[in-house]
Amino acid sequence: MTLVYDDLGDEAKPDVPVRKIRFTINGKKKVAEIEPRLLLADLIRRGVGLTGTHRGCDTTNCGACTVLVDGAAIKSCTMLAVQVDGREVTTVEGLASASELHPLQEGFRQEHGLQCGFCTPGMMLAAKALLDRNPDPTEEDVRWALSGNLCRCTGYQNIVKSVLWAAEKLRAEG
Amino acid sequence: MFPSRFRYEAPHSLDEAIALLSEGGDDAKVLAGGQSLVPMMKLRFASPALLVDINNLPGLAYHREGADGTLRIGALCRHADLEFSELLKGTQPTMAAAAPLVADPLVRNRGTLVGSLCHGDPQGDWASVMLALGGSVIAAGPRGRRSIPLSEFVTGPFQNTLEHDEIAVEAVVPKATGTRAGGYLKLERRVGDFATVGVAVAIETSGANVTRAGIALTGVGGSTIGATDAAAALAGQPLTAETIAEAAGLAAAAAQPRTDHRGTAEYKRHLVRVFVTRILGSSLPADAAAADTAAADTERAA
Amino acid sequence: MTTTADESRALDEIKIGGLGSSRKRVEDDRFIRGKGNYTDDIVLPGMLHMEILRSPLPHARIKSIDASRAWALPGVHLVLTGETMATRNLAWMPTLSYDTQAVLATDKVRFQGQEVACVIADDPYIAKDACELIEVDYEPLPPVVNPWQGLAEDAPIIRDDKTGQDSNVIYHWEVGDKTGTDRAFEQADVVSKLELHYPRSHPSPIECCGSVADFNRATSKLTVYMTTQAPHIIRAAVAMVAELPEHMIRIVSPDIGGGFGNKVPVYPGYVCSILASILLERPVKWIEDKTGNLISTGFARDIYLKGEMALRKDGKILGVRMHTDADHGAFFSDAQPSKFKIGLMHSAFAAYDIPAAHLTARGVYTNKAPGGVAYRCSFRVTEAMFFQERMVQAAADDLGLDQAAFRRMNFVRDDDFPHRTPFGFLTDSGQYAKCLDVGLKAIDYENFRKEQAEARKNGRLLGLGISTMTEPLGAGNSREYDILGIKMFDSADLKVHMTGKAILRTGAKSQGQGHETTWAQIVAHELGIPADDVVVEEGDTDTAPFGMGTYASRSTPVAGAAVAMVSRKIRAKARKLAAHLLEVSEEDIEWELGRFYVRSAPARGVSIQECAMAAYSNMPDGMEPGLENTAYYDPPNLTWPFAVYIVTVEVDPETGVWDVLRMVAVDDCGVRINPMIVEGQIMGGLTEAYAMASMQFITFDAEGNCVGSNYMDYLLPSAWETPGYELHSEVVTPCPHHPIGAKGIGECAAVGGPAAFVNAVMDALGGTGVRNIDMPVLPDRVWEALTYRRDVSGAPPIRQD
Repeated sequence: MTLVYDDLGDEAKPDVPVRKIRFTINGKKKVAEIEPRLLLADLIRRGVGLTGTHRGCDTTNCGACTVLVDGAAIKSCTMLAVQVDGREVTTVEGLASASELHPLQEGFRQEHGLQCGFCTPGMMLAAKALLDRNPDPTEEDVRWALSGNLCRCTGYQNIVKSVLWAAEKLRAEG
Repeated sequence: MFPSRFRYEAPHSLDEAIALLSEGGDDAKVLAGGQSLVPMMKLRFASPALLVDINNLPGLAYHREGADGTLRIGALCRHADLEFSELLKGTQPTMAAAAPLVADPLVRNRGTLVGSLCHGDPQGDWASVMLALGGSVIAAGPRGRRSIPLSEFVTGPFQNTLEHDEIAVEAVVPKATGTRAGGYLKLERRVGDFATVGVAVAIETSGANVTRAGIALTGVGGSTIGATDAAAALAGQPLTAETIAEAAGLAAAAAQPRTDHRGTAEYKRHLVRVFVTRILGSSLPADAAAADTAAADTERAA
Repeated sequence: MTTTADESRALDEIKIGGLGSSRKRVEDDRFIRGKGNYTDDIVLPGMLHMEILRSPLPHARIKSIDASRAWALPGVHLVLTGETMATRNLAWMPTLSYDTQAVLATDKVRFQGQEVACVIADDPYIAKDACELIEVDYEPLPPVVNPWQGLAEDAPIIRDDKTGQDSNVIYHWEVGDKTGTDRAFEQADVVSKLELHYPRSHPSPIECCGSVADFNRATSKLTVYMTTQAPHIIRAAVAMVAELPEHMIRIVSPDIGGGFGNKVPVYPGYVCSILASILLERPVKWIEDKTGNLISTGFARDIYLKGEMALRKDGKILGVRMHTDADHGAFFSDAQPSKFKIGLMHSAFAAYDIPAAHLTARGVYTNKAPGGVAYRCSFRVTEAMFFQERMVQAAADDLGLDQAAFRRMNFVRDDDFPHRTPFGFLTDSGQYAKCLDVGLKAIDYENFRKEQAEARKNGRLLGLGISTMTEPLGAGNSREYDILGIKMFDSADLKVHMTGKAILRTGAKSQGQGHETTWAQIVAHELGIPADDVVVEEGDTDTAPFGMGTYASRSTPVAGAAVAMVSRKIRAKARKLAAHLLEVSEEDIEWELGRFYVRSAPARGVSIQECAMAAYSNMPDGMEPGLENTAYYDPPNLTWPFAVYIVTVEVDPETGVWDVLRMVAVDDCGVRINPMIVEGQIMGGLTEAYAMASMQFITFDAEGNCVGSNYMDYLLPSAWETPGYELHSEVVTPCPHHPIGAKGIGECAAVGGPAAFVNAVMDALGGTGVRNIDMPVLPDRVWEALTYRRDVSGAPPIRQD
């Protein structure tokens, strides 16, 4: 790999601490050399180049940046990238297998659970974490589990239906 | 949106972590869940020079009943662990009521109870709960371990009594001598909102009488308020409409709310009274069955 | 004459994804995979990053700006201030309301959050670091946080940059029949009065605004990828502001993560990124953060009403008088196309048969962000309908009449269309009473009233709120509407390939409304080409036909009409090709879905695909080859959907918290292209209505600090708070002047919904003498109203200890 950047002269070189981390993302092993202050969301979007994880707000409220770290749904804008050293990250791009969509993705399409699509990756991953823990949720369970993910377009009703559709499909698949 | 630069270390042992904090001085912070610290750093309200990440320290992600009957919560026990805890649902009604109300489900997957206590936000839910339970924090440092009661732990908004080279490793809830009852009610306009008012009530009863009581208030003062007069008024008394009303009134009087965009001081004080009444009312022995569900009641706008 | 049943080979319209099919969305394929292409996803070689420094003060003179430390930071390429912008005549820009707006502050800052400088650097983190190193010396001035402060004798003049501006008043305006209205009030048995504030709100799509500006010195072409709902308008504006030739500007609007009107105006960030790219000859990306979005971009509402209704004691409305004061912030930059200063405020009361009405309006400058007409509102229509239904509620109460009966008695009758409203609008069609019937039945109205009375005896407060309205959608006909002089038609360009597949481009721009799915359905309806065979593109000014974008629910009414019209042009040519292929004259040709056939021998026919092939390989003599066309549609009028929203609530008198029990929506928007998508739009609008009614607003303290500039304070409801909805679509009154009979729908629920929620809470408080609680109807306000039996205002500044 070749990396070329502007030579600003030695005096101008800032003392930027860089850390090397190893992590797995959607099943692929990666190495990164990053500043500690880099947010996980930015590692995913700009470092790895997976832009399905979105940045919505600046106060850890909207959940558009939700990913799974070691299976737990977390807001990637509020985790430092260095903290995934040795851990597994799953983003929306890791939901589908090589040949087919994840039932959650199919459910969102079937039940019109998205309009502009911006909150959708985060919603699906938060929903996946719910279904991993509780394969037969009630509507109330779904609304509760998604209460950290904001949507402006859909009014949530179809999102709930999408998740319940997926839950039923996953149970049927066994 | 982005933190300013800092040095970062992720030690693998407690001793290493303590050594780093000693070295870092006042400008070092512990990173556990990060759900309060990282947002502050992103807005540049906090810019520590050194961040000591304790997420790799072994053996801290627990909550369990000790042999001595205390409940012990490790520094890496997440809010979510407590929300889904069968142990809490069975034995700790105040904690079980509060856990689902902390922030939102995603934040709960990372944030820790101990971290929340250390952060010292007057809007923090756990501080009220632990204060009402008479809990304490175990601090570990180069000089060994010490136990700090909650009533002495938080000294003001975002300030605690830890030395700069100490890490809070555990929170402890004392053993109950009677039957636990109580709850936590919070008025938030939506999930994740800061509390307009939060009230933690933790009592123990033996027969008809209250043997121990603790009442603490969230969001109605510069820091968490222990309504000690209200609690004292209940001790040794049976729970009746009169004793409840008296305690509720004293708790409201202990509040120091400010008028702001969440409501007038008068409104907030009124809510304290209402919440204390509701929690104690649901703990009345005659409604023992209803008490289980009511104590876990959430109070939210819409 | 049509074929007999056993000869008909017409395609099944639902099967091919035509009108009425709840076809699954084409857009979903990429979004569910995380493969959307939003502005922040765009990465160009050599791209730099821009960050904006904003003013912490609401009103202050700028004494000096020292950016030297920012310049010195490694990784910084450029720092722009108002001074540098001024050398290129770019420190100020014209607004869409014929005022001017600062791009970067020069003399003063006029609202908290105003753009003061920007930094372009290698990385957004460095750009942010550099912003922190810019030192600005401010001299604070007293802030104005509401119109009354702005109108006071000693108020500071906010727009002292404008010669001749000696007050904070922007305009006075009036419409209607003053004499007739005054007479109505003299004759009234009862006069019902109401005063309220519709608080400042913000569309707040989850995705913030942003742009990637790319000026290519070698080709002199400027390409800007940006979050815009109206790319062609932006191209025209950029040509004006940046003084670049129009043909060398390309605006590309990629996927947009929600618009709601927030992504219509031209923001300083766009202008700065464009200038930076021109100066640096590299792509420059600017993505704002949520705080920037909430504190500085196009807000909505913030308007005060004094309303009066003249009533006859049997319930007939004789006249309406309204006075509104609008808080426009520091610059008058309403992005609304009518010639009316107060937009379409006077569309209020269009659903009712009222003989006389008069509206006066005033606009005032304050120290807040500019804007005012965004947010799913059709240019002040949201305010109009909220005021209307709050006044109607109060009037019914004042008369002691039932809320539903009072409305029904005053509705425009079915046979009275087209109907001229007292303010001069012409409504097109409707069955208002039928919609109300459907709604009342669905909510079980009679039983609820009984339940309510019973509950009251036990100290429980139940309430029911109704909101009924018709609103003008589909701006707009060229006589009355324009933006910067450009008329508000829209367009569609359809190219049918030789195998009968097609590509359609329009001048609209979806931000989640599903145009890629629905426009193809119109083509399927008109041409019988399966919707799956039609790919739809929008948003690139180099390829899309000229259009005015998507906002104000105008796309189906205008662009959708253009799609129908261009399809018909294609069909007309295909008919000639069919005649040629079938060797008959055109008069002998009939059409059924997907096929032309010989009238006298219906079994002889050709498919539309065969006609397409013929257009490239077997044309009749004298016919131009190809099967492509463009249509521009200038709507003859606005379309007027009608809605009934009914909400039931329970209020907890001890805490003021209220819960929604049920929410029923009856929407008559004419023909529905895709019922699934229409319902999605309605539910989205209802959620925003619920949000505004319950928790969502921007306000200011006495020092001019913005409260609600981030998601900790600006509250959007989550799935937990948001109620469920019961939607009804039984009533369908086609639009008589629209090619496929459709009306707009995207905004109805946000327009009519808020009043339903508020009216429900007010109904629960009935008997206490409380007439109004300003939105958002927060628990503390409800408690205060109940406890002190008084109205509660939410106008800024907020009370604080």
